[in-house]
Order: sequence, then C-alpha cells, then structure tokens
Amino acid sequence: MENGDIPEDANEHCPGPQSDSAGKSDACEGCPNQQICATAPKGPDPDMVAIAERMATVKHKILVLSGKGGVGKSTFSAQLAFALAARDFQVGLLDIDICGPSIPKMLGLEGQEIHQSNLGWSPVYVESNLGVMSIGFMLPHPDEAVIWRGPRKNGLIKQFLKDVYWGELDFLIVDAPPGTSDEHISIVQCLDAANVDGAIIVTTPQQVSLIDVKKEVNFCKKVGVKVLGVVENMSGLSQPISNLKFMKITDNGEMKDVTEWISEYMKEKAPEMLNLIACSEVFDSSGGGALKVCNEMAVPFLGKVPLDPQLCKAAEEGRSCFADKDCVVSAPALQKIIDKLMETSGLSMTESNGV
Amino acid sequence: MVAIAERMATVKHKILVLSGKGGVGKSTFSAQLAFALAARDFQVGLLDIDICGPSIPKMLGLEGQEIHQSNLGWSPVYVESNLGVMSIGFMLPHPDEAVIWRGPRKNGLIKQFLKDVYWGELDFLIVDAPPGTSDEHISIVQCLDAANVDGAIIVTTPQQVSLIDVKKEVNFCKKVGVKVLGVVENMSGLSQPISNLKFMKITDNGEMKDVTEWISEYMKEKAPEMLNLIACSEVFDSSGGGALKMCNEMAVPFLGKVPLDPQLCKAAEEGRSCFADKDCVVSAPALQKIIDKLMETSGLSMTESNGV
Repeated sequence: MENGDIPEDANEHCPGPQSDSAGKSDACEGCPNQQICATAPKGPDPDMVAIAERMATVKHKILVLSGKGGVGKSTFSAQLAFALAARDFQVGLLDIDICGPSIPKMLGLEGQEIHQSNLGWSPVYVESNLGVMSIGFMLPHPDEAVIWRGPRKNGLIKQFLKDVYWGELDFLIVDAPPGTSDEHISIVQCLDAANVDGAIIVTTPQQVSLIDVKKEVNFCKKVGVKVLGVVENMSGLSQPISNLKFMKITDNGEMKDVTEWISEYMKEKAPEMLNLIACSEVFDSSGGGALKVCNEMAVPFLGKVPLDPQLCKAAEEGRSCFADKDCVVSAPALQKIIDKLMETSGLSMTESNGV
Repeated sequence: MVAIAERMATVKHKILVLSGKGGVGKSTFSAQLAFALAARDFQVGLLDIDICGPSIPKMLGLEGQEIHQSNLGWSPVYVESNLGVMSIGFMLPHPDEAVIWRGPRKNGLIKQFLKDVYWGELDFLIVDAPPGTSDEHISIVQCLDAANVDGAIIVTTPQQVSLIDVKKEVNFCKKVGVKVLGVVENMSGLSQPISNLKFMKITDNGEMKDVTEWISEYMKEKAPEMLNLIACSEVFDSSGGGALKMCNEMAVPFLGKVPLDPQLCKAAEEGRSCFADKDCVVSAPALQKIIDKLMETSGLSMTESNGV
C-alpha cells in the first residue's frame, strides 16, 4: 500500500496515487484522476494520525454490523452498551448511521446537544461511564431527511473519529448502518491503524437476512476485520399467554375479539394455562437459521434473542432491558450472548477501570 | 437522460417504494404488489435498485437467473409473461459476494438500468429502493425527473424508530417533488391460528419446558372452543398511534395495515405470491385492501389493463 490504493477508474499501469510519479508518469495520460494525483499532497493523511491518537486511549473497538436493515442492530448495540456499562466498564457508543440515526432515542437522549471543549467534541453521557455520539444530536429538526452523498458522509465519520474526545475507554461500540457501502469502507479505513478488535453481525432467522450476513462476513474478510460472532435476533416470539388477544372468525368472515371471554374461560376450566409462555416462530428458520450459516462460514455463533415486545418498549423508551423486570425472555438471552462474546474474543481479560 | 426519457415513455405509471428504515418489509411489499397487479392483467415491471442487498430475485423465485441482451437492450427476467424483473442480483456471479461500492459507481448502474433495460409497454413500473435517503434515491429521482414519477409508497412498521424515519422519508419526497401516494404499516401485530403456537412452562428452576402437546390434548378435552381461535400479539407497541396518526399529522394518505404473518414470510422466501397461497389467511386480504385503496386514492384505477 506504499503508493496508495489504485482507484477503480485508473489507467492500466497506474503507479499509485501516493507514488512520486503519480499524475506525472506516461501511464497517467488521460486518466480521470491525473490532475488530482499530480497536485494532491502525498504522505500519510494527517487526519489518520489524529484519529490514531484519539483511538490510542480506547482499549477495544467493536463494530456492530448487519447485512440487512431492521434486524435490531441498533437495539443490540444500545443494550450491549448498557450491559458493559453495568459491569463497570468505561463505554463509548458511536452511531455512524447518518441517514437513520436510531441511537439517541434508544438511549433516551433525544433532544440532547453536543458540547465542545478544548479537548474536542464531548460525547453525551447517559451515565458517567457511558458516553454517546451520533449525528442525531446535530440535527436541528429530527424529521429532516439527511440526504447526503457518500463523500459528505465520509467526511463526517472522519470528523467524529478525529474530533470526539472519548478519554480512557474500555470499549468503543460502533453502530454502523446496514449494508456494505461508503460508511463501512470509511470507518474500516479510518480505524485501520487503530486495530479494530472485530465485528458482531446481527441478523434475523429469515433467509433474505442470512444471505446478507454471508455478504457481511465476506466484507469483513476482504477488509481484514475479524468476525467476533453472529447474533440471531427476533428468533421467535415468546410472550406470557396473558399478553395475547384472542379473536374468533365469525360465520360471515369478521374477526371478533373474544379475549375477555377466553380469560374467564381459562380461569374456570383451564387454570394451568394462565402461567404459560406462548411461542411463535414468526420467521421460518427451517433452513437452519444463523447457526448453520456460522458453521458454514466458520465464524462464532453468539446466540439467539427472541422477539420480545418488552424489549421493543424498553428500546423505544431509551431504557436498559436488564433493569426492566418485564424483559423476562430477552434480558437473560442478551446476557448469555454478551458473556459468550467476552469469552470467545478474549475480552474478559480486560479488567474494569471502575468508575 | 434523453435515452432514459425515451425508455420511460412506454411506461404509463412509475411507483417508487421507499422506507426510511430497513427491514420493514419494503421488498416483500413491492414483490406482492407486483404479483397483485400482474394478477389483475396489467403489464408490470419490477426494478430492484438495492445494490447492496438485492432481495427481489429471491422474492420472485428468480435466484440464479441471468440477464440476456437483445438488440433492443437488456431484457428483464420474466416471472410471467406480464411480469418482468430487473435487479443487480442477476448480475452477481457469487450471491454471497459483498457489493462494496461507493456512491458514484452505484449511481452509474442505476442510470444504466434506466437507460438500457427494454421494458416495452408497461402499465406499471415498480421501483424497489434501498432504505434511507442516500445516493441511490437522489439518483433515481433525478433520472426519472423528466419521466414523471406518479409517486412513492412508504412502508413502515408501528415502532417509533421506524415512524421517525418515515417522517424523514416524507420530507425527502416533498423536497424532491415526489408525491406521497400513501403509507403502509407492515408487521402490524402478529395473528396466528392458536394451533400454530408452541407453549412453554417455566419450571421451578427457571428452565423452559415445552408443553405444547400436553396443552393441545388439554384444550381438546377441556376447552375445545379455543382450538379455532386466532391468537394476536402486538409485538411492536403502537400506543403512540402508529402510522395512521403520523399520516394525519403529515397530511399523507394512510393505505392500511399488514399483520406479521409467518405464512407471508414463507411465501416471500419461496418466491411465491401470497394471493395464490391459501395459508396467507391474514395477510393476503389485508394486502388486497391496501392495493385497492392505492388504486383509488391515486387515480390509478382509471388505467385500463392492456391484457396479455
């Protein structure tokens, strides 16, 4: 990489944009980048140096990725941040989903603003050991669409990494947007010098989602990021039977709500049913789900999280599911996944810095 | 742009399908919309511009198909004689390969799709976009500008994080001059026959024990009326008012709700139309109602079908 990456549209014998003869050699004639290569400064990008300095005080950097959108990546990132903070680690959460920044809402930080100090931009602190940065804090109108093309998004990501003062962190969790695009390439390039520990990939059991996981794993391999593991989210719906509504299809095809009647009926005739958990698969996983994909691609499978309306509620209200007694099915599942993550990636060796 | 306008001249109606947030069922909806319109004898084209995550080939049962070229241009892949599909998914040699492109290259491909694909006479071209408001969206709107997009349908779920992104999407449409034909609230509650549920009991030591068979017998004996019921769960809390409230606030049409239906998911994964599937008891009627409403509110019902 001494002479820089060869751009896609470069001429055949491109010497490399960082080479001394960039833009000036015979091979450069007619190349669309010729002008830029001849005049642009050479040598390491000073921004990269600044980024490396900022990241030097961060012990572990974890990317949270998903091939497909809507699989619960931001929900997972937020709950992972809460869990690690609850274990007394110093945690930072960086939201680089510029078009759809969900993180502020999920940490209960809507409407917060970013402050600047002489040290740089200050993250917004949920607790003293959990700081958050997101473009969401910079949008004057949350309903305003952020319609930016790639280069502008990349510029902001660079700025986040360069100008945010995180201080001493045990973990920096980076919540990416779904897919494999500009933002992902940028963040990996920027963090290249700073040693990303690896990436967690979140998926659902659906085949369309799993196809995109494979792409995501291949992306990681291509750019040299270790896959710490895959989480299968929305893995079945589990709810106390008392939370269900019951409908009866009448003779003329209408749906009639018979929930109250059924509730009384169960109390009288089938009381044992009242304490049961009703489970529905929702997304068919007969193909083997994420576990099978993990085996095929030789990456760790971290576990399953069920669809839990209480987790959705906690996420929408910006709360930790671990502090919520109603998250009966999801909180234990998430804890197990985080334990496994710490084990398999050797992160449990980290001693907490305390508060 | 001139070439694009020419291609689009033989297309009567162009509908964008958008979502602010990913994973809300936009491609599933686009695919089922395409099936429904084709079943009503319209000539339908479905264009998948989600370059990083092209779901459409799978959802139409067209995995592994290739694109052919003729002297007229690139030929869409036909599911039925009146339903043609184009997606980058057909161009990827290895479906597991990540498409890691920056914006300009993606825009180039979108332009090429619009310029080189020979659709012929179409009543409807449905354009399935990736989620968000980014390069691809700006490009497609710019490219289609001369060709008069009828409007956009926005798909969402009831969750607040999803609705926030819908507002952004509506504002995007206003900003670029695309009419919002309506909003669809997907995954609006889970409805299933009670016989499809499993039942678990939490034992004294905190373990989950599967008691489904026992319950099944129990219900047959002691509570037989329960066997025919539909169990409903809200899943995504919509106490905030859901998509309907948001539509009222933003003065855009609300097209309706589609419940989470495992049978619809299955049909989508197997590339089938839910309308032809007798198991899609809850989702197919809901989708038909939405499509009827769409045709009404956007004046599209004036279109006479070209027949086959």
